Amino acid sequence: MSEYVLLRHRDIPDLDQLKVYLKNGGFDAWKKVVTSMEPMELIQLAKDSGLRGRGGAGFPTGMKWSFVPNNLWPHYVVANADESEPGTFKDREIMESNPFQFLEGLMIASYAVQAQNSYAYLRGEFWQIGLKLNQKIAELEEAGFLGDNLFDTKYSLRLHVHMGAGAYICGEETALLESIEGKLGQPRLRPPFPAVAGLYASPTVINNVETLTNLPPIVQNGATWFREHGTEKSPGVKVFSLSGCVNKPGNYELPLGTPFRKLIYELGGGIPEGRAIKAIMAAGASSALISATDAALDTPMDYESVANLGASLGSASVIVLDESVSMSWLAQKTTHFFKHESCGKCTPCREGTYWMAHILDRIEDGGASEKDVDLLFTVARQMQNKCLCALGEFSTMPVVSSLEKFRSDFLARVDGQTR
Amino acid sequence: MNELLAKYPTEIKAILAKYPPEFKRSSVMPLLHLAQGDPGYITPQAMQDIAEICGISITEVGSIVGFYTLYYDKPLGRYHIQVCTDMPCALRGADKFLKELCERLGVKVGEPTADGLFVIEEVMCLAACHRAPMFQVHGDGDLVYHEHQTVDTALAVLDALRQKAAVAEEGKA
Repeated sequence: MSEYVLLRHRDIPDLDQLKVYLKNGGFDAWKKVVTSMEPMELIQLAKDSGLRGRGGAGFPTGMKWSFVPNNLWPHYVVANADESEPGTFKDREIMESNPFQFLEGLMIASYAVQAQNSYAYLRGEFWQIGLKLNQKIAELEEAGFLGDNLFDTKYSLRLHVHMGAGAYICGEETALLESIEGKLGQPRLRPPFPAVAGLYASPTVINNVETLTNLPPIVQNGATWFREHGTEKSPGVKVFSLSGCVNKPGNYELPLGTPFRKLIYELGGGIPEGRAIKAIMAAGASSALISATDAALDTPMDYESVANLGASLGSASVIVLDESVSMSWLAQKTTHFFKHESCGKCTPCREGTYWMAHILDRIEDGGASEKDVDLLFTVARQMQNKCLCALGEFSTMPVVSSLEKFRSDFLARVDGQTR
Repeated sequence: MNELLAKYPTEIKAILAKYPPEFKRSSVMPLLHLAQGDPGYITPQAMQDIAEICGISITEVGSIVGFYTLYYDKPLGRYHIQVCTDMPCALRGADKFLKELCERLGVKVGEPTADGLFVIEEVMCLAACHRAPMFQVHGDGDLVYHEHQTVDTALAVLDALRQKAAVAEEGKA
């Protein structure tokens, strides 16, 4: 038995072995849906549970499934396992240590929309995990959980692993689809949305690894059970990736709505060497900075409450920044990341990240004046709301918020001042 | 004659089977991973072979190689030692780790070591922020993470790779 919903491997040794997973109720949910549930019932169950996408956007999963039209076939489900946001490392732990629960979730989602071929898109760096998943899929075919006419029904399903090759943008769902189709990972113009015209122009559901991993226990225990944790609008547990200036970085499975203070101080062991906390990024490098006031630290980590702080919970990758961190340095780091990862399709993002990086380098090198700080703000603001996907927008979040909240960190560098 | 197809007939058949037959182009990324395993980069011949298998132009294959950072079109070090220096890793000392590793090896970032075995590279987030400093080793058709590293443990990893490469060379000779 395990108190965990997603990180059950922490209590159950060798849960990545099929016989151990089976002994702990594995694939009971799968058998239940295929042999006794209509796809519409399953979609309704997901809606009733209130499960929201764990990849960052928090979109209701059941509703996403319900957009798939039943007059266009075939349907596809794609697991987004491209986890590449600086500060996020939760899907990796799930796939490494609890791979069958993830695969079972992908299978359940496939059944919900009656997909017969589904894909897991892994970032190329997850090479070892890709090898492992291929082996697990082969075991499932061998055991009769995947293949034709499952449990003597008419339903057939096959899973395939597709390895990326180093591109953050492929976590954006339409870029991910382009990548599976063998093209450059560049986002598509929407509409049409993937639910109608996705992979190979067919209706496609794209769900994050953690979202899918929630499905087997929801099928087994029901929507009411799922809602026992979390808040009314953000039900369930979530894996929080804690990193940065904190004594015990790592993944923590907690109910949505747990306050920042509990994660950072109680579980994360607080800030090294007793330094004072300065700011929090709740959604990895894409975050607007949250000033670490007492009120902010007592804020529950759910989608609505974090949005009320002018930030976003995203994939819940909490990066802690203490008083030793200069926000000008931080903005330079995140901006170089986005400049490197911009796919180059939209001009505001391609050029904007380049110029922000250029100005930030000048500020950090001590060659800037106060006018450059204002120019940086202008460039960032001009990029906003002008790109096909969120990457360009994300790149401006740490820049604009750090200029608004920690402008003195930038001014401390201008006119030849050094650290 | 398609050299790649002649070298890996079973593997290529398995790759093509993962995608609908009318969308052969989907195989381009797995085929590039396969072709890169040996000799460690994508040769012009391999690009031509892949273009033929997928029914696309060699220019299109080249653009894929250029877009994705894990594909290399030049032989540059047998093992790519890729250190993450993104912000969360940097907060745990990754910048200092990279600088000292380069100093101890006497190379600059992006320059291969004198024996041509290693090239140290600075890369973006590898989803290991809680275990920095860390790096991945990409080479010999494999990719392995090394986490919670110090410069000394990293040099030990490189030594082990050096021995592995030497044994492999003896085996060939």
